[in-house]
Amino acid sequence: MREDYLVLTNLIKHFGKGSQRITAVDNVNIKVKEGELVTLLGPSGCGKTTTLRMIAGFEDPDEGDILIDSVKINSIPPNQRPTSLVFQNYALFPHMSVKDNISYGLKINHIDRNDIKRRTAEIINLVGLNGMENRSPAQLSGGQQQRVSLARSIVMEPKVLLLDEPLSNLDAKLRVSMRLEIRKIQQRVGITSIYVTHDQEEAMTLSDRVVIMNEGKVQQEGTPEEIYAHPVNLFVADFIGKANFLPAKVNRVYESKKVDVELFRKRLNILIPFEEWKFRVGSAVLVVIRPEGILVKARGKGDYNGTVKETVYLGSKIIYDIAIDSELITAEIPNPEESERFKVGDIVGVSFKEHSLHILPAEK
Amino acid sequence: MKIIITSLTYQDYDLRVVRGARLGAFTLYHYLRVFTGNLSYSLFVKPFINSLLVGFGVTVIAMILGSLLAWAIVRTDIPWKKFLDSVIVIPYMMPSWVIALAWIIIFKNNRIAGEEGMLTILFGITPPDWISYGLFPIIICLGLHYYSYSYLLISGALKTINSELEEAGSIAGLKKSAVLKKITFPIVLPALGSSFVLTFTRSMGTFGTPALLGLPVRFFNLPTQIYASINIRNMGDAYVLALILVVLAAVAIYINSRIVGVRKSFVTMAGKGFKNRYNRLGVWWYPIAIFIILFLIVVFLLPLVLIAWDTFMLLPGDYSVANLTTHFWVGESKYNIASGEPGIFKNPGIWNGVWNSVRLGILAALINGFLGLFIGYAVVRNRGTRLSKSLEAVSFASYVFPSIAMGAIYLGMFARPMGPIPALYGTFTLLVLIVVVKNMPFSSRTGISAMLQIDKSLEENARIQGIPWFKSFRKIIFPLTTSGFLSGMILTFITSMREFSLIILLVTPTTRVLTTIIFAYEDQEEIQHANGVTIILIFIIVFANFVVRKFFGNKSLTGLKES
Amino acid sequence: MKWIELKDIKKTYSGSPAVRELNLTIEEKQFVTLLGPSGCGKTTTLRIIAGLEEPDSGEIIVNGKIFFSREKGIYVPPEKRKLGLIFQSYALWPHMTVRKNISLALEQMRLPKDKIESIVKEVLNKVQLSEYIDRYPSELSGGQQQRVAVARMIAAKPSIFLMDEPLSNLDAMLRVDMRTELKRLHHELGSTTVYVTHDQVEALTLSDKIAVMDKGILKQVGTPEEIYKRPQDLFVARFVGSPRINCIEGNLATEGSGRYFKTGKIKIQIKNEAQSKMSTDSLIGTIRPEDIVVSKVEKPGWIKVNVFSVLPAGSETILSVKQDTINLSVKINGFTDIRMNESVWINIDPLKMNYYNKETGKLVFSYFS
Repeated sequence: MREDYLVLTNLIKHFGKGSQRITAVDNVNIKVKEGELVTLLGPSGCGKTTTLRMIAGFEDPDEGDILIDSVKINSIPPNQRPTSLVFQNYALFPHMSVKDNISYGLKINHIDRNDIKRRTAEIINLVGLNGMENRSPAQLSGGQQQRVSLARSIVMEPKVLLLDEPLSNLDAKLRVSMRLEIRKIQQRVGITSIYVTHDQEEAMTLSDRVVIMNEGKVQQEGTPEEIYAHPVNLFVADFIGKANFLPAKVNRVYESKKVDVELFRKRLNILIPFEEWKFRVGSAVLVVIRPEGILVKARGKGDYNGTVKETVYLGSKIIYDIAIDSELITAEIPNPEESERFKVGDIVGVSFKEHSLHILPAEK
Repeated sequence: MKIIITSLTYQDYDLRVVRGARLGAFTLYHYLRVFTGNLSYSLFVKPFINSLLVGFGVTVIAMILGSLLAWAIVRTDIPWKKFLDSVIVIPYMMPSWVIALAWIIIFKNNRIAGEEGMLTILFGITPPDWISYGLFPIIICLGLHYYSYSYLLISGALKTINSELEEAGSIAGLKKSAVLKKITFPIVLPALGSSFVLTFTRSMGTFGTPALLGLPVRFFNLPTQIYASINIRNMGDAYVLALILVVLAAVAIYINSRIVGVRKSFVTMAGKGFKNRYNRLGVWWYPIAIFIILFLIVVFLLPLVLIAWDTFMLLPGDYSVANLTTHFWVGESKYNIASGEPGIFKNPGIWNGVWNSVRLGILAALINGFLGLFIGYAVVRNRGTRLSKSLEAVSFASYVFPSIAMGAIYLGMFARPMGPIPALYGTFTLLVLIVVVKNMPFSSRTGISAMLQIDKSLEENARIQGIPWFKSFRKIIFPLTTSGFLSGMILTFITSMREFSLIILLVTPTTRVLTTIIFAYEDQEEIQHANGVTIILIFIIVFANFVVRKFFGNKSLTGLKES
Repeated sequence: MKWIELKDIKKTYSGSPAVRELNLTIEEKQFVTLLGPSGCGKTTTLRIIAGLEEPDSGEIIVNGKIFFSREKGIYVPPEKRKLGLIFQSYALWPHMTVRKNISLALEQMRLPKDKIESIVKEVLNKVQLSEYIDRYPSELSGGQQQRVAVARMIAAKPSIFLMDEPLSNLDAMLRVDMRTELKRLHHELGSTTVYVTHDQVEALTLSDKIAVMDKGILKQVGTPEEIYKRPQDLFVARFVGSPRINCIEGNLATEGSGRYFKTGKIKIQIKNEAQSKMSTDSLIGTIRPEDIVVSKVEKPGWIKVNVFSVLPAGSETILSVKQDTINLSVKINGFTDIRMNESVWINIDPLKMNYYNKETGKLVFSYFS
């Protein structure tokens, strides 16, 4: 498995002219290993789709290089690049059968007829469309259409598979099952893939690594778990899952490994997540705690006391909004037992799970 | 493209023609003559007023009929919805003066030569002049034809209204009438506006009906006056009058855009959760259904039956069985019948006309179809650029020109060689040219809407798989637009086949088409021949439409709704 | 206090029944959700309350006043019912500004001008759209349009709020925000609300009571917790909860002194109090994914299963596991180092099981009460 299979270096792309000029992609550097699935995640307009379209060749970068398997592909037209793109709206040819949609690209490239037959059959089997070869796209469900679209891309045996929000046109239930489907197909073929989405749950579920983008810049990259547990800034923390942000002051620093902060007049001991982050005594910070990192107990049994402002029952979990001093925090209690339920207005004890605590420098 | 641009810049050109018409020197002679001279009243003022009266009268009748029918068929629980929706636009396919022919058969009086109408013969009633000829029958006959435009446009708009908008009005406490006034009406206002413009400009520029029903009593409006002027070779006057027609149409379009143009269309609001629920007619169910059926009989079946019957009568006006004959269809030439004209099937002049008409229809349909497709592609794929906008605007330019005025302009432009273009007057090419240009707004709109339905990613995907542009156009874009392409073609075919006002000024004996033949027969009082040829014309149109629908689905009139 | 009463409501569309003998009572100030898949009759029910559909039979009484009665021949038209309704499409009038959209109903009530103006300002303030007062709907984003629809409804101070999937046209993030917003609004205004949705999370989050419908039949009415913990039939059990509840087909068996629910290698003890209720042998047992515990090491009595997918979602991870032919979803908190194709051991809490009759799908026994 080759490291640095797909490399983007210092990619920059502007749109518009003069005062209207927007930097859509701002100095993006990404390295992808062979066989890895990397997700570009961010809100709309963050530059993720532009980045993808530059890899596909539909946009030319203003600056920077794109390398696949150590070959620079900047100036190669889209139809000759070793990439293939799966579109958001599938882009199937409505007047051709499933089989023809899949094999059309091969035919155009003058592949041997028996070869076409074999590869098409293989791929139809792989994506589980057996028996539907001769249907037209209109006769397929959304999920099946997306499989055809995927098959059509994979059959070309590209070095890098690009997927542009491929599930966003499906309904919620189907979306969840198709995630798994795509992941399985990708792993079975072992194809290096770039997946663009704005859905953080999708990114979490599918990816080997996630690259979070905002305003054209890469904010953070890492495994889903790394990013969820240790977001580098407020944007990432807020974009991935839900989080409480509590302003606090640094009280003490232990050899740049740990800090003590004061929160609600009590001391908390928190690990410094990144070596390069320096904190000084007295500096303002944000304590980040995920709702499921909060324990809610009977009054007086926790580290803090708070008042329940709102309860939401969700079956598998219960959500409390609790006021402590002037802060409102959200706690999520999985699988609540009868005895632990509280009502609006109850005074409860609150503690934080120590390993769930995360710290961010306060942003101006 | 060049032709359309030329037609746009026509005003300068026209001035030159007017100037050069006498002695080649600069003169305002024609303008002075038309607007202030002694003849001004009969030459300009009276036809102008008559034109306005015809225009407004027809528009009012057509819009009331069209919108009532549209509302009944789209928004109520009326029976046979689909059937009515497709049948009700059939009059659109017939030439506009078919109803006028039928009118003459029924209401003709002894004012002019020839036999009297059914009313006199069968019931002994002699209708007064104002019923038989002139303004009143012109307005009625044209109104009964042009309602189809209002119907198509307004029913299209009504179909896109989410009935939840009206329900939200009820919830807010509005009564049914208030909902209609405050919500439904303002939302269809843009469609009402466009049907006003369309009906007004069309009825102002139409020649056939005013000629048939107006000329016998010397009732002139602008189109017939233009025709008369050209007949006596007074080109200068004709051009000035044509120019006035264009200005009138432009003013109508301008006023419309000022009134409703601000928020052009609400159609995009539909989105998800779109619902269309029907208003219950209750006790009105029967009266309204019966009214619509009767209406269809009056505007569609009755004229055809009357006209067809007439062609089998040896002596016009004699309704006895003994008077029936097939002479006008298959008879040899006889000196004592119809000035020696042979029966329709044995008449080389008519066969030539059939050939010319069909040729004109097919050529125009092909050219318009392909041009529409390419313009649509260019406009849609370059969306937002100046090129796209100007291309769209140019292809719509001929919308402004009332048919007869456009004919007059072309007569002026192509009477002499112009640069590399030879004098086209008297050639078949000129007919094709003017029909193509006249139909451009519709075919380009059809092309654009067909292209809009094809997502760009289909093409991008083809590119990614290594398919060159032309091949992807041929293999992917073209097959996907077939239905839009065909519907544009059949629409052009129908309109070209029944085109009359546009080409009456440009046709010469060798290029006669069916419509001008009909007019000539009518002019010579050869009523049976005129009616017979009309039947042939309608038969060809209906047959062509039927064939296309049969093989390519029921889409032939969608192009008009887009306009 | 009873606020809305629906009695024996029936509605048929061209032969096929949309609502069948529906009986539902809604108390004053309650937030009641009609929940079900598309075509279950929930929207029809809402439209019947609004007066936009006339039922074939039955009676509707709101706050003591008969709105509809087939026997007595009473039908109050929608414009006289003084209700508020938010449509799925919002149904904002496209040719009117935000101000006019809101004020139209108030003008109809012949309120004085300055009063109307102040109400418009007040409700726009409430939905935080004050600066958009002179915009047209097409100039607003989806979320803003939705809030205008809310403002238009509350401005007229209707006696009942009706909402037809008001959040379904919004994207996921916005939906969550607007959910909170609607809940706050209900707290603040305390108006009786009937809410239609197919989204079970929305229903659980917002409602005091949920009425689950399927194919025109009201399946169950209850608090969110009753619906979640003690679904009256398999349809409700499967419809509510994500990931879907695990359904295990099995039989009753006696081993030693104990009674068990058995299938393949899975064996779940039946407690004494339940035994008497189990009248039939072939049952479907259900267990929520979060009520299954996973271990990476073997434990006595636990069931060995194979992991075939791991779906992390941040605060929780969904495992799909397989034991012979039985597939189970398991929900665990946070992330996990369990990987695909590993073997793990699971334990099913016998007290969290519900049992259903395999033939009828009806609840036979639940420990939850």
